[in-house]
Amino acid sequence: MKIHLLTAAALATALATSLLLPCASVAADDSGGLATLRGKPLSATDTATTDALRKAIETDPFDRDFTQQPPLVSHAVDEYPVTRAFNKCMDCHSWENARKEKATKVSSTHFKDADGKELSTLAARRYFCLQCHVPQTGAKPLIANTYQRPATAR
Amino acid sequence: MTNNHPPPARQWRRFVSRGIVIAFVAGIALTAIFNITLAWTNTEDFCLSCHEMKDYNYREYQNTTHYTNRSGVRAVCSDCHVPKEFLPKMWRKLRAANEVWHKLLGSIDTPEKFAEKRAKLAQSEWRRMKANDSQECRNCHEAASFDFSAQGYRAIQRHEEALSAGQTCIDCHKGIAHQLPPIAQGIGNTDPAAVPLEVFRPATEATEAAPE
Repeated sequence: MKIHLLTAAALATALATSLLLPCASVAADDSGGLATLRGKPLSATDTATTDALRKAIETDPFDRDFTQQPPLVSHAVDEYPVTRAFNKCMDCHSWENARKEKATKVSSTHFKDADGKELSTLAARRYFCLQCHVPQTGAKPLIANTYQRPATAR
Repeated sequence: MTNNHPPPARQWRRFVSRGIVIAFVAGIALTAIFNITLAWTNTEDFCLSCHEMKDYNYREYQNTTHYTNRSGVRAVCSDCHVPKEFLPKMWRKLRAANEVWHKLLGSIDTPEKFAEKRAKLAQSEWRRMKANDSQECRNCHEAASFDFSAQGYRAIQRHEEALSAGQTCIDCHKGIAHQLPPIAQGIGNTDPAAVPLEVFRPATEATEAAPE
């Protein structure tokens, strides 16, 4: 009985190996001779094509409509707290974090206090970002008008 | 001599069999009581029976997506703050004895006292979630089930970076259901009790290696 079991085990192992080996060799060559939709092998790490698709989900920042317009926010701001304890905007846009987060740095024009004194960081009167910078949206003008965006507004 | 009592051996057998039945029934009853108590202490009503929870934490949580959202799925207090696994749950329940003690002491029974303690309390919970790899987040939000194509492109990038750097949910997602304590953001907050930025945003190899 014992010998029978051993033989069975050995047979099963041999069978499993012979079945699995071809699979392993197929997995290594992942294209299988087929063209992929992005024109690159499936294993390619270059994601330039897919990155472009992904960027379209949240659009690029809109241009300004007049030169002094505070730039619009190009992302949702739901549940982003701006309180005395914590300013979520500055979690990415402060000079300390902006580069790490690949975010726009807060302008140094925001470092001047009400008396015209230059500070090394955000002035208290500029603390509430969303008072001036609002999330962008595709809202159309309610009343037709002839206003032209100046060439300088970018 | 007439004896109505059964012989000692039979008496003993009856005693044992009765004992087994009683122990069995008592076991079922005690298990039921144990589980009902555990479940009851995990309900929102139980948490909110202390005014500290009801007046501060609960009000803040009511403004967040874990309380109200378009599909009405809710995560109540215990979903985030009590582990689902048996032993971690028991450990958390034991530690809650300390919270009962501080309730009796009145450690956070005014908004001012709570504000003063918030940084300490928040960091304790951040540490707990960091230690168990944000298990309570992952009970619902499993990274392996992320559909990256349905996320915003910033979220895609950040999630990919964080996951490959071995970061856990709580490393970034702090203060999502309650207000944050003061954070030393380097933008003029001079509060000495503020949480240091390196605690709030723990550095990873990926963020340190980012081009300066």
